[in-house]
Amino acid sequence: MRWMWVDRFTEFVSGSHAAGVKNVALDEDVLDGYCPGFPYLPPTLMIEGMAQLGGILVAQMFDWDKRVVLAKVGKAEFLAPATPGDQLLYHVKLDSAQENGATATGTCHCDGKLIASIELMFAFLEDGKFADGPLFKPGDLGGMLRLMNMFHVAVDADGKLIEISDKL
Amino acid sequence: MTATSEEIFEKVQAALVDALGVDDDEVIPSATLVGDLGAESIDFLDIVFKLEKAFGISIPREDLSPEDILTNSQYVQGGVVTAEGMAKLKSRMPWADLSTFEKNPRVQDFGNLLTVKDMCNYVQSKIGE
Repeated sequence: MRWMWVDRFTEFVSGSHAAGVKNVALDEDVLDGYCPGFPYLPPTLMIEGMAQLGGILVAQMFDWDKRVVLAKVGKAEFLAPATPGDQLLYHVKLDSAQENGATATGTCHCDGKLIASIELMFAFLEDGKFADGPLFKPGDLGGMLRLMNMFHVAVDADGKLIEISDKL
Repeated sequence: MTATSEEIFEKVQAALVDALGVDDDEVIPSATLVGDLGAESIDFLDIVFKLEKAFGISIPREDLSPEDILTNSQYVQGGVVTAEGMAKLKSRMPWADLSTFEKNPRVQDFGNLLTVKDMCNYVQSKIGE
């Protein structure tokens, strides 16, 4: 299974916010066993989708030098299930960032209605803790972000397109 | 307690309730963050973010985690903080009550040192800067 829980980036402003689309489809394996007879996207995977947007937002802000991981989900509120056929619009805003980590808030809208809101905290793995070296093999993260069309929309604070970094 | 320190306590309490998922009445001044309130290492980062936001302050990492002192052989011998190390800790953390720790300053016990009152004192010192 591919661990990509955003289908496409729709907006990305460095150091500020990111938005993306997730389409929920009945052929996704993950919908089968979660609640048999009532298929819907597990809310944890909505968190993962927003965390992927937020994690990339943070990692790009630090020029891909930090090993960014989701450390904590402060609050998560789910107001309606995301069922097959739904198009989810994720929006993640960076709230604060410092040398050890960052915080962000995320929302998910479907058909104009808010269906989820979350608070995320990211931490930066230090060398020697958990694992040494990069979290991704060379080219893997860049390839994933290309598939998600990130570089079609990613701009810096001045609105200039962000180029694919050699570090990816 | 002055109005200002009450206000600080209330905001620190709210941050800890939020970060640690504990009840208001558990967050009393004498409660230790780790032992009494169950804080794990990653929670400290969360607490830092929440305090920075609540008080509009900036909290450098070394303020609350003097790891550089506690891992320095100049200040620690046989797992115990030396007199020189204690002096360094006191100067780094004048807002913390180190009197109990000082009686038997084992590095392994440092993690469970900070209390809610210490955090309030710390914030007070930062606001006063």
